[in-house]
Amino acid sequence: MAMTMTQKILANAAGLPSVKAGDLIMANLSLVLGNDITAPVAIGEFDKIGAKNVFDRAKVALVPDHFTPNKDIKSAEQALKVRSFAHEQDIVNYFEVGEVGIEHALLPEKGLVAAGDVVIGADSHTCTYGALGAFSTGVGSTDMAAGMATGKAWFKVPEAIKFNLTGKLNKYVSGKDLILHIIGMIGVDGALYKSMEFVGEGVHSLTMDDRFTVANMAIEAGAKNGIFEVDDLTVEYMKEHSAGEYKVFEADPDAEYARVIDIDLSKVPHTVAFPHLPENARTPENWGEVEIDQVVIGSCTNGRISDLRRAAEILKGKKVKKGVRVIVFPATQAIYLEALKDGTLSALVEAGCVISAPTCGPCLGGHMGVLAAGERCVSTTNRNFVGRMGHTESEVYLASPEVAAASAVTGKITAPEEVMK
Amino acid sequence: MKANGKAIKYGDNIDTDVIIPARYLNTSSPEELAKHCMEDIDKDFADKVQTGDIMVGGANFGCGSSREHAPIAIKASGISCVIAKDFARIFYRNSINIGLPILECAEASEDIDAGNEVEVNFDTGVITNKTKNKQYKAVAFPPFMQGIINAGGLVEYIKGNN
Repeated sequence: MAMTMTQKILANAAGLPSVKAGDLIMANLSLVLGNDITAPVAIGEFDKIGAKNVFDRAKVALVPDHFTPNKDIKSAEQALKVRSFAHEQDIVNYFEVGEVGIEHALLPEKGLVAAGDVVIGADSHTCTYGALGAFSTGVGSTDMAAGMATGKAWFKVPEAIKFNLTGKLNKYVSGKDLILHIIGMIGVDGALYKSMEFVGEGVHSLTMDDRFTVANMAIEAGAKNGIFEVDDLTVEYMKEHSAGEYKVFEADPDAEYARVIDIDLSKVPHTVAFPHLPENARTPENWGEVEIDQVVIGSCTNGRISDLRRAAEILKGKKVKKGVRVIVFPATQAIYLEALKDGTLSALVEAGCVISAPTCGPCLGGHMGVLAAGERCVSTTNRNFVGRMGHTESEVYLASPEVAAASAVTGKITAPEEVMK
Repeated sequence: MKANGKAIKYGDNIDTDVIIPARYLNTSSPEELAKHCMEDIDKDFADKVQTGDIMVGGANFGCGSSREHAPIAIKASGISCVIAKDFARIFYRNSINIGLPILECAEASEDIDAGNEVEVNFDTGVITNKTKNKQYKAVAFPPFMQGIINAGGLVEYIKGNN
Protein backbone atom coordinates (compact mmCIF):
# COMPACT_ATOMS: atom_id res chain seq x y z
CA MET A 1 0.00 0.00 0.00
CA ALA A 2 1.28 3.47 -0.90
CA MET A 3 2.64 5.44 2.04
CA THR A 4 3.40 9.04 2.94
CA MET A 5 6.91 10.02 4.04
CA THR A 6 5.96 9.86 7.73
CA GLN A 7 4.26 6.49 7.30
CA LYS A 8 7.40 5.06 5.69
CA ILE A 9 9.59 6.23 8.56
CA LEU A 10 7.18 4.80 11.13
CA ALA A 11 6.91 1.46 9.30
CA ASN A 12 10.70 1.23 9.24
CA ALA A 13 10.98 2.02 12.97
CA ALA A 14 8.29 -0.53 13.79
CA GLY A 15 9.89 -3.22 11.64
CA LEU A 16 6.77 -3.51 9.49
CA PRO A 17 6.60 -3.80 5.69
CA SER A 18 3.90 -1.15 5.60
CA VAL A 19 1.52 0.83 7.78
CA LYS A 20 -1.63 2.82 7.08
CA ALA A 21 -3.33 5.77 8.75
CA GLY A 22 -5.00 4.71 12.00
CA ASP A 23 -2.71 1.73 12.71
CA LEU A 24 -1.39 1.54 16.26
CA ILE A 25 2.28 0.63 16.21
CA MET A 26 5.21 0.26 18.59
CA ALA A 27 8.27 2.02 17.18
CA ASN A 28 11.94 1.97 18.14
CA LEU A 29 13.20 5.40 19.11
CA SER A 30 16.36 7.08 17.82
CA LEU A 31 16.36 9.72 20.56
CA VAL A 32 14.37 10.72 23.66
CA LEU A 33 14.51 14.37 24.75
CA GLY A 34 13.55 16.27 27.87
CA ASN A 35 14.16 19.69 29.40
CA ASP A 36 14.33 21.23 32.87
CA ILE A 37 10.52 21.51 33.12
CA THR A 38 9.42 18.18 31.68
CA ALA A 39 12.34 15.92 32.64
CA PRO A 40 11.84 16.25 36.44
CA VAL A 41 8.32 14.80 36.08
CA ALA A 42 9.66 12.13 33.70
CA ILE A 43 12.43 11.16 36.12
CA GLY A 44 9.79 10.60 38.83
CA GLU A 45 7.78 8.36 36.48
CA PHE A 46 10.96 6.56 35.35
CA ASP A 47 11.61 5.64 38.99
CA LYS A 48 8.01 4.42 39.38
CA ILE A 49 8.41 2.12 36.38
CA GLY A 50 11.24 0.54 38.33
CA ALA A 51 13.75 0.81 35.49
CA LYS A 52 17.34 0.88 36.68
CA ASN A 53 18.98 2.27 33.55
CA VAL A 54 17.96 4.22 30.50
CA PHE A 55 17.69 2.06 27.37
CA ASP A 56 20.74 3.72 25.79
CA ARG A 57 22.68 6.49 27.50
CA ALA A 58 23.66 7.95 24.10
CA LYS A 59 20.04 8.12 22.94
CA VAL A 60 18.67 10.29 25.73
CA ALA A 61 19.18 14.06 25.54
CA LEU A 62 18.64 16.25 28.59
CA VAL A 63 18.64 19.95 27.79
CA PRO A 64 17.94 22.34 30.67
CA ASP A 65 16.97 25.36 28.60
CA HIS A 66 13.65 26.72 29.88
CA PHE A 67 14.28 28.39 33.23
CA THR A 68 18.08 28.43 32.98
CA PRO A 69 20.28 30.16 33.95
CA ASN A 70 18.20 29.28 37.01
CA LYS A 71 15.53 31.94 37.50
CA ASP A 72 14.64 31.12 41.10
CA ILE A 73 15.21 28.54 43.82
CA LYS A 74 12.49 26.16 42.65
CA SER A 75 13.88 26.25 39.11
CA ALA A 76 17.37 25.61 40.46
CA GLU A 77 16.03 22.55 42.25
CA GLN A 78 14.41 21.26 39.06
CA ALA A 79 17.66 21.81 37.15
CA LEU A 80 19.53 19.98 39.92
CA LYS A 81 17.18 17.01 39.65
CA VAL A 82 17.94 16.74 35.92
CA ARG A 83 21.69 17.20 36.49
CA SER A 84 21.79 14.49 39.18
CA PHE A 85 19.86 12.03 37.01
CA ALA A 86 22.15 12.78 34.05
CA HIS A 87 25.20 12.06 36.19
CA GLU A 88 23.76 8.90 37.77
CA GLN A 89 22.77 7.52 34.38
CA ASP A 90 25.94 8.79 32.69
CA ILE A 91 23.84 10.47 30.00
CA VAL A 92 26.09 11.39 27.07
CA ASN A 93 23.98 14.29 25.82
CA TYR A 94 23.40 16.38 28.93
CA PHE A 95 24.22 20.04 28.40
CA GLU A 96 25.20 22.34 31.25
CA VAL A 97 24.90 26.13 31.17
CA GLY A 98 27.88 27.17 29.04
CA GLU A 99 27.17 24.36 26.57
CA VAL A 100 23.40 24.45 26.62
CA GLY A 101 21.27 26.06 23.96
CA ILE A 102 17.60 25.96 23.10
CA GLU A 103 16.94 22.27 22.59
CA HIS A 104 15.47 22.38 19.08
CA ALA A 105 18.33 24.47 17.74
CA LEU A 106 20.94 22.55 19.74
CA LEU A 107 20.17 18.94 18.80
CA PRO A 108 20.40 19.40 15.00
CA GLU A 109 23.52 21.54 15.46
CA LYS A 110 25.15 18.75 17.51
CA GLY A 111 24.24 16.20 14.84
CA LEU A 112 21.97 14.28 17.21
CA VAL A 113 19.04 14.03 14.79
CA ALA A 114 19.04 12.95 11.15
CA ALA A 115 16.77 11.98 8.29
CA GLY A 116 14.80 8.80 8.91
CA ASP A 117 15.04 9.05 12.72
CA VAL A 118 12.10 8.63 15.07
CA VAL A 119 12.42 11.13 17.91
CA ILE A 120 10.15 11.91 20.85
CA GLY A 121 10.70 14.89 23.08
CA ALA A 122 8.87 16.12 26.14
CA ASP A 123 8.44 19.50 24.50
CA SER A 124 5.80 20.29 21.93
CA HIS A 125 8.25 21.89 19.51
CA THR A 126 10.13 18.62 19.08
CA CYS A 127 8.46 18.57 15.65
CA THR A 128 11.29 20.92 14.52
CA TYR A 129 13.52 18.04 13.36
CA GLY A 130 11.13 17.28 10.54
CA ALA A 131 13.19 19.90 8.69
CA LEU A 132 15.86 17.17 8.37
CA GLY A 133 13.44 14.51 7.13
CA ALA A 134 13.03 12.90 10.56
CA PHE A 135 9.77 11.92 12.25
CA SER A 136 9.80 13.83 15.50
CA THR A 137 6.96 14.70 17.79
CA GLY A 138 6.22 16.20 21.17
CA VAL A 139 5.01 14.02 24.02
CA GLY A 140 4.48 14.43 27.75
CA SER A 141 6.69 13.42 30.64
CA THR A 142 5.20 9.95 31.12
CA ASP A 143 5.81 9.06 27.47
CA MET A 144 9.33 10.41 27.90
CA ALA A 145 9.84 8.20 30.96
CA ALA A 146 8.56 5.15 29.12
CA GLY A 147 10.79 6.03 26.15
CA MET A 148 13.85 6.36 28.38
CA ALA A 149 13.09 3.00 30.01
CA THR A 150 12.19 0.96 26.94
CA GLY A 151 13.52 2.80 23.86
CA LYS A 152 10.08 2.46 22.34
CA ALA A 153 6.87 4.46 22.01
CA TRP A 154 3.43 3.68 20.63
CA PHE A 155 1.99 5.80 17.87
CA LYS A 156 -1.24 6.01 15.97
CA VAL A 157 -0.10 6.31 12.35
CA PRO A 158 -1.24 9.72 11.07
CA GLU A 159 -2.65 10.69 7.72
CA ALA A 160 -1.06 13.74 6.12
CA ILE A 161 -1.66 17.07 4.48
CA LYS A 162 0.68 17.66 1.56
CA PHE A 163 2.00 21.15 0.93
CA ASN A 164 3.30 21.50 -2.61
CA LEU A 165 5.70 24.42 -2.61
CA THR A 166 6.69 26.26 -5.78
CA GLY A 167 8.60 29.48 -6.45
CA LYS A 168 10.79 31.43 -4.06
CA LEU A 169 10.13 33.73 -1.10
CA ASN A 170 10.53 37.45 -1.72
CA LYS A 171 13.20 39.59 -0.08
CA TYR A 172 12.50 40.21 3.62
CA VAL A 173 9.97 37.35 3.63
CA SER A 174 11.11 34.17 5.41
CA GLY A 175 10.06 30.83 6.84
CA LYS A 176 8.12 32.47 9.67
CA ASP A 177 5.87 34.32 7.25
CA LEU A 178 5.29 31.06 5.39
CA ILE A 179 4.23 29.06 8.45
CA LEU A 180 2.07 31.87 9.88
CA HIS A 181 0.45 32.19 6.43
CA ILE A 182 -0.28 28.44 6.45
CA ILE A 183 -1.66 28.43 10.00
CA GLY A 184 -3.82 31.41 9.07
CA MET A 185 -5.14 29.36 6.17
CA ILE A 186 -5.85 26.04 7.94
CA GLY A 187 -6.32 27.17 11.57
CA VAL A 188 -4.83 26.08 14.89
CA ASP A 189 -6.55 22.70 14.56
CA GLY A 190 -6.24 22.50 10.77
CA ALA A 191 -3.77 19.61 10.94
CA LEU A 192 -5.02 18.01 14.17
CA TYR A 193 -3.51 14.50 14.59
CA LYS A 194 -2.01 14.76 11.08
CA SER A 195 1.41 15.13 9.45
CA MET A 196 2.26 18.20 7.44
CA GLU A 197 4.50 17.16 4.56
CA PHE A 198 6.38 19.85 2.66
CA VAL A 199 7.46 18.91 -0.83
CA GLY A 200 8.03 20.40 -4.27
CA GLU A 201 10.66 22.44 -6.06
CA GLY A 202 9.98 25.39 -3.76
CA VAL A 203 11.54 23.44 -0.89
CA HIS A 204 14.98 23.77 -2.49
CA SER A 205 14.84 27.56 -2.29
CA LEU A 206 14.30 27.50 1.47
CA THR A 207 17.34 27.69 3.74
CA MET A 208 17.71 25.02 6.43
CA ASP A 209 16.95 27.69 9.02
CA ASP A 210 13.69 28.51 7.20
CA ARG A 211 12.77 24.83 7.17
CA PHE A 212 13.46 24.52 10.90
CA THR A 213 11.16 27.49 11.52
CA VAL A 214 8.34 26.00 9.44
CA ALA A 215 8.59 22.48 10.92
CA ASN A 216 8.86 24.00 14.42
CA MET A 217 5.40 25.53 14.22
CA ALA A 218 3.60 22.49 12.77
CA ILE A 219 2.30 21.91 16.32
CA GLU A 220 0.65 25.33 16.16
CA ALA A 221 -1.67 23.88 13.50
CA GLY A 222 -2.30 20.89 15.78
CA ALA A 223 -0.08 18.60 13.70
CA LYS A 224 1.60 15.49 15.02
CA ASN A 225 4.66 16.34 12.97
CA GLY A 226 5.89 18.55 10.15
CA ILE A 227 8.34 17.06 7.70
CA PHE A 228 10.35 18.20 4.68
CA GLU A 229 11.55 16.09 1.80
CA VAL A 230 15.32 15.62 1.91
CA ASP A 231 17.38 17.40 -0.74
CA ASP A 232 21.06 18.21 -1.33
CA LEU A 233 20.97 21.03 1.19
CA THR A 234 19.62 18.71 3.91
CA VAL A 235 22.38 16.18 3.21
CA GLU A 236 25.00 18.92 3.24
CA TYR A 237 23.69 20.14 6.62
CA MET A 238 23.70 16.66 8.14
CA LYS A 239 27.24 15.92 6.91
CA GLU A 240 28.47 19.21 8.26
CA HIS A 241 27.06 18.44 11.72
CA SER A 242 27.56 14.70 12.09
CA ALA A 243 29.41 11.69 10.76
CA GLY A 244 26.40 9.56 11.67
CA GLU A 245 24.08 7.63 9.42
CA TYR A 246 20.91 8.93 7.92
CA LYS A 247 18.18 7.32 5.86
CA VAL A 248 16.16 9.13 3.24
CA PHE A 249 12.49 8.21 2.83
CA GLU A 250 10.29 9.56 0.07
CA ALA A 251 6.52 9.44 -0.10
CA ASP A 252 5.14 7.05 -2.70
CA PRO A 253 3.89 8.98 -5.75
CA ASP A 254 0.42 7.48 -5.26
CA ALA A 255 0.27 8.01 -1.47
CA GLU A 256 -3.11 9.24 -0.25
CA TYR A 257 -3.39 12.59 1.46
CA ALA A 258 -6.22 14.05 3.53
CA ARG A 259 -5.69 17.29 1.68
CA VAL A 260 -3.23 18.79 -0.82
CA ILE A 261 -2.42 22.49 -0.66
CA ASP A 262 -0.38 24.32 -3.32
CA ILE A 263 1.63 27.31 -2.19
CA ASP A 264 3.49 29.69 -4.48
CA LEU A 265 6.24 31.02 -2.22
CA SER A 266 6.55 34.21 -4.27
CA LYS A 267 3.00 35.10 -3.19
CA VAL A 268 3.59 34.66 0.56
CA PRO A 269 3.15 38.07 2.20
CA HIS A 270 4.62 39.45 5.43
CA THR A 271 2.44 37.83 8.06
CA VAL A 272 1.90 38.69 11.72
CA ALA A 273 -0.28 36.61 14.07
CA PHE A 274 -2.31 38.93 16.26
CA PRO A 275 -3.42 38.02 19.80
CA HIS A 276 -4.39 35.48 21.03
CA LEU A 277 -4.02 32.62 18.56
CA PRO A 278 -1.35 31.82 15.95
CA GLU A 279 -4.16 31.50 13.36
CA ASN A 280 -5.00 35.21 13.61
CA ALA A 281 -2.69 35.89 10.69
CA ARG A 282 -2.79 39.37 9.22
CA THR A 283 -1.01 40.89 6.24
CA PRO A 284 0.36 44.48 6.31
CA GLU A 285 -2.79 46.15 4.98
CA ASN A 286 -4.61 44.87 8.08
CA TRP A 287 -2.01 45.68 10.71
CA GLY A 288 -3.22 49.18 11.51
CA GLU A 289 -1.26 51.23 14.05
CA VAL A 290 -0.10 48.87 16.80
CA GLU A 291 2.34 50.56 19.15
CA ILE A 292 4.68 48.21 20.98
CA ASP A 293 6.69 48.12 24.21
CA GLN A 294 8.98 45.16 23.58
CA VAL A 295 10.53 43.12 20.79
CA VAL A 296 11.89 39.61 21.28
CA ILE A 297 14.13 38.07 18.63
CA GLY A 298 15.11 34.47 19.28
CA SER A 299 13.64 31.13 20.47
CA CYS A 300 13.50 27.62 18.99
CA THR A 301 11.48 29.14 16.16
CA ASN A 302 13.72 32.05 15.12
CA GLY A 303 16.95 32.13 17.15
CA ARG A 304 19.27 30.70 14.49
CA ILE A 305 22.13 32.51 12.81
CA SER A 306 20.24 33.55 9.67
CA ASP A 307 17.41 34.90 11.85
CA LEU A 308 19.86 37.10 13.75
CA ARG A 309 21.54 38.20 10.52
CA ARG A 310 18.20 39.13 8.96
CA ALA A 311 17.35 41.25 12.00
CA ALA A 312 20.82 42.82 12.01
CA GLU A 313 20.61 43.66 8.31
CA ILE A 314 17.57 45.79 9.08
CA LEU A 315 18.82 47.30 12.35
CA LYS A 316 22.40 48.00 11.23
CA GLY A 317 23.14 51.71 11.35
CA LYS A 318 19.70 52.48 12.80
CA LYS A 319 18.44 52.98 16.34
CA VAL A 320 15.77 51.18 18.26
CA LYS A 321 12.83 53.53 18.89
CA LYS A 322 13.20 55.23 22.27
CA GLY A 323 11.06 53.46 24.86
CA VAL A 324 11.08 50.07 23.10
CA ARG A 325 12.98 47.20 24.72
CA VAL A 326 14.59 44.82 22.22
CA ILE A 327 15.84 41.52 23.61
CA VAL A 328 17.83 39.18 21.36
CA PHE A 329 18.40 35.53 22.27
CA PRO A 330 20.85 33.57 20.12
CA ALA A 331 19.55 30.00 20.40
CA THR A 332 22.86 28.25 21.08
CA GLN A 333 26.41 29.03 22.12
CA ALA A 334 27.68 28.24 18.60
CA ILE A 335 25.16 30.66 17.09
CA TYR A 336 26.12 33.26 19.70
CA LEU A 337 29.79 32.89 18.82
CA GLU A 338 29.19 33.02 15.09
CA ALA A 339 27.06 36.15 15.47
CA LEU A 340 29.75 37.64 17.70
CA LYS A 341 32.52 37.00 15.20
CA ASP A 342 30.72 38.17 12.08
CA GLY A 343 29.59 41.49 13.52
CA THR A 344 25.89 40.60 13.80
CA LEU A 345 25.82 41.14 17.55
CA SER A 346 27.69 44.43 17.41
CA ALA A 347 25.22 45.74 14.82
CA LEU A 348 22.36 44.76 17.11
CA VAL A 349 23.94 46.18 20.27
CA GLU A 350 24.86 49.42 18.52
CA ALA A 351 21.23 49.75 17.46
CA GLY A 352 20.18 49.46 21.09
CA CYS A 353 19.29 45.76 21.51
CA VAL A 354 20.29 43.74 24.55
CA ILE A 355 21.78 40.28 23.94
CA SER A 356 20.73 37.52 26.31
CA ALA A 357 21.96 34.02 27.11
CA PRO A 358 20.42 31.12 25.18
CA THR A 359 17.18 30.30 27.05
CA CYS A 360 13.48 29.73 26.35
CA GLY A 361 12.73 32.21 29.18
CA PRO A 362 10.69 35.02 27.62
CA CYS A 363 8.77 32.90 25.09
CA LEU A 364 6.73 31.26 27.82
CA GLY A 365 6.70 34.17 30.24
CA GLY A 366 9.29 32.49 32.42
CA HIS A 367 12.00 35.10 32.82
CA MET A 368 14.24 37.53 30.91
CA GLY A 369 11.48 39.63 29.35
CA VAL A 370 8.12 39.11 31.08
CA LEU A 371 5.32 41.53 30.11
CA ALA A 372 3.19 43.74 32.40
CA ALA A 373 -0.55 44.35 32.00
CA GLY A 374 -1.31 46.34 28.87
CA GLU A 375 2.12 45.83 27.28
CA ARG A 376 2.50 44.71 23.69
CA CYS A 377 5.36 42.64 22.30
CA VAL A 378 6.33 41.76 18.75
CA SER A 379 8.00 38.40 19.10
CA THR A 380 9.66 35.90 16.78
CA THR A 381 8.49 33.11 19.13
CA ASN A 382 5.67 30.65 18.46
CA ARG A 383 2.67 31.26 20.73
CA ASN A 384 0.54 34.30 21.47
CA PHE A 385 -1.95 32.71 23.86
CA VAL A 386 -3.49 34.72 26.72
CA GLY A 387 -0.76 35.30 29.32
CA ARG A 388 1.87 33.45 27.30
CA MET A 389 4.63 36.03 27.88
CA GLY A 390 3.40 37.48 31.15
CA HIS A 391 0.30 39.26 32.38
CA THR A 392 -3.05 38.04 31.04
CA GLU A 393 -3.69 41.57 29.77
CA SER A 394 -0.45 41.71 27.78
CA GLU A 395 -0.41 41.03 24.04
CA VAL A 396 1.96 39.04 21.85
CA TYR A 397 2.23 39.55 18.08
CA LEU A 398 4.09 36.74 16.33
CA ALA A 399 6.34 37.86 13.50
CA SER A 400 9.43 37.13 11.43
CA PRO A 401 12.85 38.48 12.48
CA GLU A 402 12.60 41.01 9.62
CA VAL A 403 9.25 42.40 10.80
CA ALA A 404 10.39 42.32 14.44
CA ALA A 405 13.51 44.33 13.58
CA ALA A 406 11.60 46.86 11.48
CA SER A 407 9.06 47.24 14.29
CA ALA A 408 11.89 47.86 16.76
CA VAL A 409 12.96 50.85 14.66
CA THR A 410 9.53 52.48 14.39
CA GLY A 411 7.97 51.37 17.69
CA LYS A 412 4.93 49.93 15.93
CA ILE A 413 4.29 46.86 13.82
CA THR A 414 6.04 47.62 10.56
CA ALA A 415 6.95 45.93 7.29
CA PRO A 416 10.72 45.78 6.62
CA GLU A 417 10.40 47.70 3.33
CA GLU A 418 9.24 50.76 5.22
CA VAL A 419 12.55 51.14 7.03
CA MET A 420 14.75 49.89 4.17
CA LYS A 421 13.77 52.48 1.56
CA MET B 1 -16.65 3.05 36.25
CA LYS B 2 -18.68 6.24 36.42
CA ALA B 3 -18.11 9.94 37.04
CA ASN B 4 -20.75 12.26 38.45
CA GLY B 5 -20.60 16.00 38.81
CA LYS B 6 -21.51 19.49 37.83
CA ALA B 7 -20.31 20.82 34.47
CA ILE B 8 -17.74 23.61 34.31
CA LYS B 9 -17.79 24.91 30.77
CA TYR B 10 -15.19 26.60 28.54
CA GLY B 11 -14.92 27.41 24.80
CA ASP B 12 -12.71 26.37 21.89
CA ASN B 13 -8.90 26.19 21.83
CA ILE B 14 -8.36 26.04 25.59
CA ASP B 15 -4.55 26.00 25.58
CA THR B 16 -2.15 24.53 28.10
CA ASP B 17 -0.86 28.02 28.99
CA VAL B 18 -4.25 28.91 30.43
CA ILE B 19 -4.75 25.47 31.99
CA ILE B 20 -1.52 25.98 33.92
CA PRO B 21 0.53 29.12 33.18
CA ALA B 22 4.27 28.57 32.67
CA ARG B 23 5.10 30.86 35.58
CA TYR B 24 4.02 28.00 37.88
CA LEU B 25 6.06 25.33 36.12
CA ASN B 26 8.93 25.68 38.54
CA THR B 27 7.18 22.95 40.50
CA SER B 28 5.65 19.62 39.55
CA SER B 29 3.65 19.16 42.76
CA PRO B 30 0.06 18.28 41.70
CA GLU B 31 -1.44 20.15 44.69
CA GLU B 32 0.56 23.32 43.92
CA LEU B 33 -0.35 23.16 40.24
CA ALA B 34 -4.05 22.64 41.07
CA LYS B 35 -4.10 25.93 43.01
CA HIS B 36 -3.40 27.82 39.77
CA CYS B 37 -5.35 25.67 37.31
CA MET B 38 -7.35 27.75 34.78
CA GLU B 39 -6.67 30.99 36.69
CA ASP B 40 -5.79 33.06 33.61
CA ILE B 41 -9.27 32.60 32.08
CA ASP B 42 -11.27 31.72 35.21
CA LYS B 43 -9.67 33.10 38.34
CA ASP B 44 -12.27 31.53 40.65
CA PHE B 45 -11.85 28.01 39.27
CA ALA B 46 -9.73 26.63 42.12
CA ASP B 47 -12.27 27.92 44.67
CA LYS B 48 -15.43 26.80 42.93
CA VAL B 49 -14.39 23.36 41.64
CA GLN B 50 -15.87 20.44 43.60
CA THR B 51 -14.43 16.95 43.59
CA GLY B 52 -16.12 15.02 40.81
CA ASP B 53 -16.96 18.04 38.64
CA ILE B 54 -16.77 17.56 34.89
CA MET B 55 -14.91 19.98 32.63
CA VAL B 56 -16.48 20.61 29.24
CA GLY B 57 -14.56 22.31 26.42
CA GLY B 58 -15.05 22.95 22.70
CA ALA B 59 -12.71 22.15 19.83
CA ASN B 60 -8.94 21.58 20.10
CA PHE B 61 -8.92 21.38 23.91
CA GLY B 62 -5.40 21.32 25.40
CA CYS B 63 -3.58 22.82 22.42
CA GLY B 64 -0.10 24.22 22.82
CA SER B 65 2.68 22.99 25.03
CA SER B 66 3.43 19.35 25.87
CA ARG B 67 3.42 20.10 29.60
CA GLU B 68 1.98 17.09 31.43
CA HIS B 69 1.46 19.58 34.24
CA ALA B 70 -1.78 20.58 32.44
CA PRO B 71 -3.73 17.31 32.85
CA ILE B 72 -2.01 16.82 36.24
CA ALA B 73 -3.36 20.20 37.42
CA ILE B 74 -6.88 19.41 36.14
CA LYS B 75 -6.88 15.98 37.78
CA ALA B 76 -5.49 17.28 41.09
CA SER B 77 -8.14 20.01 41.17
CA GLY B 78 -10.77 17.29 41.56
CA ILE B 79 -12.12 17.19 38.00
CA SER B 80 -13.26 13.63 37.27
CA CYS B 81 -13.48 13.81 33.49
CA VAL B 82 -12.96 16.22 30.57
CA ILE B 83 -15.40 16.20 27.66
CA ALA B 84 -14.62 18.17 24.49
CA LYS B 85 -15.46 18.26 20.81
CA ASP B 86 -11.88 17.17 20.17
CA PHE B 87 -8.50 17.36 21.87
CA ALA B 88 -5.01 18.45 20.86
CA ARG B 89 -3.04 15.25 20.45
CA ILE B 90 -0.29 15.66 23.06
CA PHE B 91 -2.83 16.64 25.73
CA TYR B 92 -4.95 13.62 24.79
CA ARG B 93 -2.00 11.28 25.12
CA ASN B 94 -0.83 12.84 28.38
CA SER B 95 -4.29 12.56 29.93
CA ILE B 96 -4.54 8.86 29.11
CA ASN B 97 -1.00 8.31 30.37
CA ILE B 98 -1.66 9.89 33.78
CA GLY B 99 -5.15 8.46 34.17
CA LEU B 100 -7.34 11.53 33.60
CA PRO B 101 -10.40 10.26 31.70
CA ILE B 102 -11.19 12.36 28.64
CA LEU B 103 -13.93 11.87 26.10
CA GLU B 104 -14.54 13.27 22.64
CA CYS B 105 -18.20 14.07 22.04
CA ALA B 106 -19.25 17.02 19.86
CA GLU B 107 -22.91 16.83 20.88
CA ALA B 108 -22.18 16.81 24.63
CA SER B 109 -19.63 19.59 24.17
CA GLU B 110 -22.27 21.80 22.56
CA ASP B 111 -25.34 20.84 24.55
CA ILE B 112 -24.08 20.71 28.13
CA ASP B 113 -24.40 24.07 29.88
CA ALA B 114 -22.39 25.28 32.86
CA GLY B 115 -23.88 23.92 36.06
CA ASN B 116 -25.67 20.93 34.46
CA GLU B 117 -25.49 17.71 36.46
CA VAL B 118 -23.66 15.18 34.30
CA GLU B 119 -22.94 11.47 34.63
CA VAL B 120 -20.35 9.67 32.51
CA ASN B 121 -20.20 5.91 32.10
CA PHE B 122 -16.66 5.09 30.94
CA ASP B 123 -17.50 1.49 30.11
CA THR B 124 -20.21 2.39 27.63
CA GLY B 125 -19.10 5.92 26.64
CA VAL B 126 -22.61 7.16 27.45
CA ILE B 127 -22.82 10.69 28.85
CA THR B 128 -26.05 11.55 30.68
CA ASN B 129 -27.14 15.14 31.24
CA LYS B 130 -29.38 14.73 34.29
CA THR B 131 -30.45 18.39 34.28
CA LYS B 132 -31.69 18.25 30.69
CA ASN B 133 -32.61 14.56 30.84
CA LYS B 134 -30.59 13.83 27.69
CA GLN B 135 -27.96 11.30 26.66
CA TYR B 136 -24.97 11.60 24.34
CA LYS B 137 -22.61 8.93 23.05
CA ALA B 138 -18.86 9.57 23.15
CA VAL B 139 -16.24 8.09 20.81
CA ALA B 140 -15.02 4.84 22.35
CA PHE B 141 -11.34 4.31 23.17
CA PRO B 142 -9.48 2.00 20.78
CA PRO B 143 -8.66 -1.34 22.51
CA PHE B 144 -4.95 -0.50 22.74
CA MET B 145 -5.69 2.64 24.73
CA GLN B 146 -8.29 0.82 26.82
CA GLY B 147 -5.42 -1.43 27.91
CA ILE B 148 -3.47 1.56 29.20
CA ILE B 149 -6.57 2.93 30.96
CA ASN B 150 -7.41 -0.43 32.53
CA ALA B 151 -3.84 -0.71 33.83
CA GLY B 152 -4.22 2.73 35.46
CA GLY B 153 -1.92 4.66 33.12
CA LEU B 154 1.16 4.07 31.00
CA VAL B 155 3.59 3.44 33.88
CA GLU B 156 1.47 0.62 35.30
CA TYR B 157 0.86 -0.70 31.79
CA ILE B 158 4.61 -1.00 31.15
CA LYS B 159 5.20 -2.59 34.55
CA GLY B 160 2.50 -5.14 33.73
CA ASN B 161 4.05 -5.97 30.39
CA ASN B 162 7.62 -6.38 31.65
